[in-house]
Amino acid sequence: MSELNIKYDNDALLLDDVDYRIIHATQKGLPRTPQPYHFIASELELDAGDVMQRIQRMQDIGVIRRIGAVPNHYALGFHGNGMTVWDVPDEYAHDVGAQVGALDFVSHCYLRPRHLPDWPYNLFAMVHGRDRDEVNAKMENISELLGSQCRGHSVLYSSRILKKTGLRITERR
Amino acid sequence: MQKESSNTIKKPLSDLQKKLLNDFQHGLPLTPTPYLDIAKELGVTEDEVLNALTELQESKMVSRVGAVFRPNRIGVSTLAAMSVPSERINEVAAIVNAYPQVNHNYEREHVFNMWFVITASDNDQLDSVLKDMELKTGLSPMSLPMVEDYHIDLGFPLQWGEESA
Repeated sequence: MSELNIKYDNDALLLDDVDYRIIHATQKGLPRTPQPYHFIASELELDAGDVMQRIQRMQDIGVIRRIGAVPNHYALGFHGNGMTVWDVPDEYAHDVGAQVGALDFVSHCYLRPRHLPDWPYNLFAMVHGRDRDEVNAKMENISELLGSQCRGHSVLYSSRILKKTGLRITERR
Repeated sequence: MQKESSNTIKKPLSDLQKKLLNDFQHGLPLTPTPYLDIAKELGVTEDEVLNALTELQESKMVSRVGAVFRPNRIGVSTLAAMSVPSERINEVAAIVNAYPQVNHNYEREHVFNMWFVITASDNDQLDSVLKDMELKTGLSPMSLPMVEDYHIDLGFPLQWGEESA
């Protein structure tokens, strides 16, 4: 395990304490009041314009991906939720990952290290469907797309949600 | 802990709720009155938007309305997996879930049957959580940190059936 390391970029260093306080105040969700940013601002004793500007900036530098409703796929009737995993030669992984990540039925697509001999898969694509047949059919689509660039794949279905909360940042050092 | 099978839709979604889910997954405006602005765009009142969102959240169809943070931009995270003997699942889940750094944990049908995400403020904290877990459970978590993210996040396309599922 040498080259495959956590890709960690230093954008976080561009955040100051006020940004972190805003992140803390919003990570459980935005208040459902007519002026949610004013509400947060008054809780943090900040100016509402400042809060919005900082959130905009965090969006611009990619710390915040989007602001919106986070759907619970399962409750919405997408009962499939299959984590498909693929063993793709490292030299193709980048191109293949970009193709798979662009598919509209893939909600997350990540390259991760293998953990040999127990775990040979390096590409993870979360596929959602109304049932397992639909997920399996979509997995076949990915399999065709990868063709000979795939040395093996599998799908892991979830049988139970054991814990699910939004991102929580604890104890900043 | 929620059993997935008990989590079915009890009440059909209203047209407004579908629109809120589809159109505003990634587009909550960053303005002083975002809910009013959405309401104007959809031709409804602010109260209707707020009530629809409250109902979506109470029925657990959306887990929250707010900012989605990009992994590894603030803090560091990893996807970890454990192979847990079936009779120990609940006991081990209780230990793993007790860490505030664990935000998702799924039981999956595989030899590696427990999959969870750990988010920590830095690599040292992440390592110490992994080591502490191993100590408390006697099981060794396999850590698979993200190397590259290929997902283009445009929200999730919710294709409603004709008779609206």
